[in-house]
Amino acid sequence: MPFREVMEAKYRDILTKYIKEQSESTLYIGQKFSRKSIENQVTPEEIISLHKMILQEIYPDMPEYVVHSFDILLEIMLGYGFAYREHQSLRDQQKELRSEIEIAANVQQTLLETKIPSVEGLDIGAISVPARLMNGDYYNFVEDENDCISIAIADVIGKGIPAALCMSMIKYAMDSIPANRNEPSMLLENLNRVVEQNVDRSMFITMFYGMYDYARHVFSYASAGHEPGFYYDGKNEEFSEIYAKGLMLGIDKKTKYRQYEKNIHPGDMIILLSDGVTECRTDEGFVEKETLLNYIRKYIHCSAQEIVNNIFKDLEKLQDFQLRDDFTLIIIKRRV
Amino acid sequence: MNIKIEVMEHDNLLEVTLAGEIDAYTAPKLRETLFPLSEQEQVNMVVDLTDVGYMDSTGLGVFVGVFKSIRSKDGDLKLIGLSRRLIRLFEITGLAEIMDINSQNEGEKE
Repeated sequence: MPFREVMEAKYRDILTKYIKEQSESTLYIGQKFSRKSIENQVTPEEIISLHKMILQEIYPDMPEYVVHSFDILLEIMLGYGFAYREHQSLRDQQKELRSEIEIAANVQQTLLETKIPSVEGLDIGAISVPARLMNGDYYNFVEDENDCISIAIADVIGKGIPAALCMSMIKYAMDSIPANRNEPSMLLENLNRVVEQNVDRSMFITMFYGMYDYARHVFSYASAGHEPGFYYDGKNEEFSEIYAKGLMLGIDKKTKYRQYEKNIHPGDMIILLSDGVTECRTDEGFVEKETLLNYIRKYIHCSAQEIVNNIFKDLEKLQDFQLRDDFTLIIIKRRV
Repeated sequence: MNIKIEVMEHDNLLEVTLAGEIDAYTAPKLRETLFPLSEQEQVNMVVDLTDVGYMDSTGLGVFVGVFKSIRSKDGDLKLIGLSRRLIRLFEITGLAEIMDINSQNEGEKE
């Protein structure tokens, strides 16, 4: 039977029982009743009129002033009723928005999808996890005909939906830059002009762009203000920062980028990351660079994909599973 | 997490003092306060970050936006009192080379 039809009888029952014996169990039944009535969208003022009506039935000679007092209570509760209905409709709207964002996040995933190239002699692993629904970090691999793999890793300053939309634009700008201009410094200069002209003035992008020539095992790279990665020297078992200076994209259209080169030997690694990795925060403070490098050392004998997965798991745990920033980590290992 | 923003104006100088954390949650408030100020002609703004314990890239975005806006109106922006962590953020992004950061050494702290 619909709740509204039995509501009156039920409430009468609870009220008379409680007036008679004031027991805990009746209070509990009252709680259950209120859950049911909320579920059935009964407003607060409806409950009060019900209360007043039943009380008048049980006590026909109830003093006038008590009856009047209910009228003023009723008037005051009207406002709560409005607020409650507004809350209901906002909740519905929020549900709708959330499902739209989820769809957008899926579309973004598809748009930005990239495949990790498989090349003999190289072991590559990559992970990118958004802090919220949509990812403002981005990485991309391209394999060309000249025995080169290009690797881009970028972070849009700003988070959430605007950052994600911006990232999709960058990906298309990158794809439309002719292949012969793929030299890292040239690519960043071209991209910088696109961003400077087309992106909102409070939105900026940092990007590291590298090109790995797997015939010669030379890694050339340039950076537009991106968090520096690390180079691991396999022979001496030492890490060093991959230093590359450059202004982030979208600030000055005349910016020039310097290109650097590094020879990669068997057993060496290139580690690229976003600031979500280095800006990891725990209750005790930031995760220091040494801590991160120790995690890499801990898993150094695993495959590149296992290393990045394990480090993400460890750092996520360290932060109590609450990512504050998008997290992206890429490892390129030259096989021994 | 919260941020306190104080703006003092005397002579031709806008002194902004910030305290707290600048992240995705507090950055909108900072942007709303600083942007209208930055859009006046020839603004001379000094932002004191001595009591800012944390700033992420969203905060950086606000300052770059303000910087560009002030520059386009022939004004001047100085940031002072940056911690080493903040200085690093400006250095990595290449901003330290185009923006005036900690030029008064008084604010530098360990």
